[in-house]
Amino acid sequence: VPDMDRLEEIVKSHGDARGGLIPLLQDIQKAFGYVPEKAVELVARRLDMFPVEIYGVLTFYAQFRLSPPGRHSVRVCQGTACYIMGGKQLLSHLREKLDIDVNQTTADGRFSLERVACLGCCGMAPVVMIDEDFHSRCTVATLDQVIEDYT
Amino acid sequence: VSVAPMNTIRICMGTSGISAGAEDVADAFTRELERHGIADRFQIIRTGDRGLFRDVLVDVTVEGEGTTVYQYLRKENVADIVEQHLVGGTQVKKFVADSDYEDFFAGQMRIVLGNCGLIDPESIDDYVASGGYAALEKALELSPEQVVETVNASGLRGRGGAGFPTGRKWQFCRDADGKRKHIVCNADEGDPGAFMDRSILEGDPHAVLEGMVIAGYAVGACDGVIYCRAEYPLAVKRLVHAIEQAEARGYLGTDIRGSGFAFNISLMQGAGAFVCGEETALLASIEGGKGIPRTRPPFPAQSGLWGEPTVINNVETLANVRHIIAGGAEAFSAVGTEKSKGTKVFALAGKIRNTGLVEVPMGTTIRDLVFGPGGGMARKRDRFKAVQLGGPSGGCLPESLCDVPIDYESIAETGAIMGSGGMIIMDSRTCMVDLARYFLSFTVEESCGKCVPCRVGLKRMLEVLEKIVGGHGTKQDVAFLRRMASTIRETALCGLGNTAPNPVLTTLRYFPDEYDAHINEKECPSHACADLVHFEVMADKCTKCGRCKSVCPADAIEWKKGRAARIDIDKCIRCTACIAACDFAAIR
Repeated sequence: VPDMDRLEEIVKSHGDARGGLIPLLQDIQKAFGYVPEKAVELVARRLDMFPVEIYGVLTFYAQFRLSPPGRHSVRVCQGTACYIMGGKQLLSHLREKLDIDVNQTTADGRFSLERVACLGCCGMAPVVMIDEDFHSRCTVATLDQVIEDYT
Repeated sequence: VSVAPMNTIRICMGTSGISAGAEDVADAFTRELERHGIADRFQIIRTGDRGLFRDVLVDVTVEGEGTTVYQYLRKENVADIVEQHLVGGTQVKKFVADSDYEDFFAGQMRIVLGNCGLIDPESIDDYVASGGYAALEKALELSPEQVVETVNASGLRGRGGAGFPTGRKWQFCRDADGKRKHIVCNADEGDPGAFMDRSILEGDPHAVLEGMVIAGYAVGACDGVIYCRAEYPLAVKRLVHAIEQAEARGYLGTDIRGSGFAFNISLMQGAGAFVCGEETALLASIEGGKGIPRTRPPFPAQSGLWGEPTVINNVETLANVRHIIAGGAEAFSAVGTEKSKGTKVFALAGKIRNTGLVEVPMGTTIRDLVFGPGGGMARKRDRFKAVQLGGPSGGCLPESLCDVPIDYESIAETGAIMGSGGMIIMDSRTCMVDLARYFLSFTVEESCGKCVPCRVGLKRMLEVLEKIVGGHGTKQDVAFLRRMASTIRETALCGLGNTAPNPVLTTLRYFPDEYDAHINEKECPSHACADLVHFEVMADKCTKCGRCKSVCPADAIEWKKGRAARIDIDKCIRCTACIAACDFAAIR
């Protein structure tokens, strides 16, 4: 259950203009790791919107999550350069290794796997971003090693 | 930069430098300088990335000796550099940048990237010392009309892809009725394969702010918004910092440098939607909604953010503005071709020796770019097969067209587009049909779903391409792809849909044989499409190096020293990692 006081604090710190919806949702996600259902109701009241409108925005953008993420987010870049340099193999390897599909979380809650359109680090392709760290010129072998550091 | 003392250590700390360990290297320098008691003689400057990917790049400048560039530095090597070079006066040869480094920069004309990798992006003093904000001071002495005229006369065109004349855009907005007007900086660099905007924002954020304030003054805007990708955390951090500094110095605020002109800039982070690079979708996103494009006209210059006149310029475009104002329209337009003026930054990536950002005059040929700063193919024996320009909206050009000069019109004639400047180099191991499929899968994923041609048409095209790369293509498929592509081009609502068929159309135009091979012979000439690969090692080509075994995640490769590899088809998961790793194209 999300910390409602914290949630209300975040919602109050923003104005009630509709234009502020996305930054508000981003702040909520930053605090909780995802956007809880309770938050949607709260935001809807605050901005005088229907919850369905907010869900529309949440599901339109790739950044937002509706369920708690794993402790570490693993984002595999599938931009052109990474694709050509082997990003596709990295993704399929991670799917097997972690035994989850994209946008899922491992049973032990350690990793969630995401694909990202382009991280803008094409010169270091293929790139995998774990939490805030960029790992460049990955191979299946280096990735296996790197991922062990995230417990 | 004049504010720095003569002895400096510059460490490139953009996203790529940091991912290679630049923070650790900087810490090691601080520690080692102190250990030797010479910390007061050297200033450590943390710069943005310089454009060339060499892990950690460090410039060491010693008074009376000049600058030495070190590359691939790790924290363990810093003690040697300090002891042998800074104390002992002898370069550590092993890490001195090679001739590739020199070639990479020799062929460039760095205007927009001029400060990247040289100044500290978090120091407004560094920026001012490099001539920063002088253009703004100059603009404020001119009338807004004169500023618009100067930009118009310079011939600057939008660097985000479409190439619309910037001065005209400003003029439209200036002429539009409206009490409040806005400047929006499009920093939602979503094209996979382009990273120049990220580098500019990380390496020289004030240049973008200065361009925005000048634009604001020219069109009579009250504020500006930077819409930056959330995937660029470092760019966001440096922008926020730069905005605070500019406010403190009066380059932003209610009375900019005593001129009476008021202008503020805020930053909004995108939430991960490629379509938000389209200007009307971007505006919808700033307004808090789904990033869904709308029909134009009205153009944003008449009715944009909150229904008010708005100029939307991309990062690189805005970063050019200060050079035009400071140096004059003539100096700017002396560079480039008749219709495409100035320089353009390209992001070289893929199977090329020097990956990174290069800035060259418009009109440079693709070949000069690839074999000049690019240094040619990543491995000498690779064949330069094709280049992909302009991301998912662009096209693939064969090697035979690489003498085409890079300007908006010449590139458009080939069926590709200039786009934002992504340039992915491909060798014979990249399958063109699979590449077209890849781009379509990207645009299908990123389509907002508002208009039918894009939502349904692209999906149908993708299904056909998947059929072809899966070995089930039929003779009618090519005709279907062409017909559907032209329908989507003509009827989709926005630029994403209009241009999405380009990768398919250009590969059909320039690589028809590859489509034939997939459809008629059920073969992939590049051995890249997993369903058409036999996963056989050709013993005559195998050099028995064992690399394939080391990359196989399924342990399906039998190999012993001195013996050709063999793939156990029962264990093989058809991931193609071995094919990508084989330097000798010995697996088919």
